[in-house]
Amino acid sequence: MEYLRAALAIARKDLRIERRSKEVTNAAFSFALVVLLLFSFTFDPSGEETRAMSGGLLWLVYSFAGVLVLNRSFARETANDSLDALVASPAPGGAIFLGKALANTVFLLGLELATLPVFGVFYNVRWDLNLGWLLLVFVLGTWGFTVIGTVFSAVTVNVRLREVMLPVLVFPITVPALMAAVQLTTTVFTGQPLAPEMVWIRVLVAFDLIFTLLAAALVEFVLVG
Amino acid sequence: MISVQGVWKFFGDFAAVRDLDLEIPRGATLALLGRNGAGKTTLLRMLAALSSPSRGTITMGAQSLRQAANRRRIGMIGHGIAIYDDLTAQENLEFFASLYGVPEAGRQIAQWLETTGLARVRRSLAREFSRGMRQRLAIARAFLHQPEILLLDEPFTALDDRATALLSELIEKAREQNASIVISTHQLREAMALATEVAILERGRLTFRGPCTDQVRSAPEQFYRRHTEPAA
Repeated sequence: MEYLRAALAIARKDLRIERRSKEVTNAAFSFALVVLLLFSFTFDPSGEETRAMSGGLLWLVYSFAGVLVLNRSFARETANDSLDALVASPAPGGAIFLGKALANTVFLLGLELATLPVFGVFYNVRWDLNLGWLLLVFVLGTWGFTVIGTVFSAVTVNVRLREVMLPVLVFPITVPALMAAVQLTTTVFTGQPLAPEMVWIRVLVAFDLIFTLLAAALVEFVLVG
Repeated sequence: MISVQGVWKFFGDFAAVRDLDLEIPRGATLALLGRNGAGKTTLLRMLAALSSPSRGTITMGAQSLRQAANRRRIGMIGHGIAIYDDLTAQENLEFFASLYGVPEAGRQIAQWLETTGLARVRRSLAREFSRGMRQRLAIARAFLHQPEILLLDEPFTALDDRATALLSELIEKAREQNASIVISTHQLREAMALATEVAILERGRLTFRGPCTDQVRSAPEQFYRRHTEPAA
């Protein structure tokens, strides 16, 4: 119970700070919109092939914009050495990780939902055909991505080139989650039945579970030097 | 009681703390002295469970310092003020109160805002505060959960007169309540005025440990010079 209370307090604090500072909001939203716009010039929005790779396009944008969000997750704690106060508190390392991952997921989901209609317009894609499934894929995919990203945000917090290091570390490990999310998103956009794709849902769920448990158990070693 | 036994701390090949044994009994105020790089901050960070010893153990009541129950008993003022600029004074204290599970948090927070003279600006963002106000908020943050062990790393450095007076008063109160206090500092006279015991670190080794007698208090500079190598 205390674990969850600490995690929720940390998530609330991070979201409140972001709502006030808009440190990442402006950068991540602008970045996502610019990339969506640039890609729409590159590909023919009406083409069948474009729709077939729409999931890949979308998750490419989300993961790049996501790195901007994740970069600030622990870096935000360095301003007044707040990370020391956080780690010295009775909150377990796992709760600190969980709180930060929750805040990052909520923020990234907000970004995804806000840019989805723009994507629909630019690429002539009906994104509302199967909204329930699409939301499930977004939640599972985003959680998998942020779990890995949040851990590596803690690992790289004191690294001088953390902006470069974070994507280099995060992208290779998140490949299974991103592959599953891309496949499922494309299937939803093209209106094909989801039943044959259930294996990808299982991959996403397994990825999320395994890495959440691993990260929650091991992050203490990262935070305590 | 905190017990430090055979502790070493390495950063790569460099040993910042070497084979340190130290006991900090309940109610003691220990002045931790030494030059820059002597290992004072490294030791304090290990005592605050922010860093693990490379060798040896640090225990509190025979349990690991990383136990949540033990961390709840520790309060620390480090080099940074450890507050969030984009939260209000009230929100900063609410956040830390929820992490420490402070009982009757609302009343405690109101009391600390009053004590630190920040009640009037409780709903203002910390980034809008003057340096002195931010320091007082940091003091409230460190004392909010009524710690039994206080770890203070250069606590009086860069404090304004009001924050210095407040901190001195709170340290005095904590002593009366039998708290264990470790003060790492270069300001010998301030430290000796508060200390009941003195420890001197040099290049990571403990070179002196003993009571802070009246003789030490009357001439702290001479005492310090006697127990340290001449400056290069």
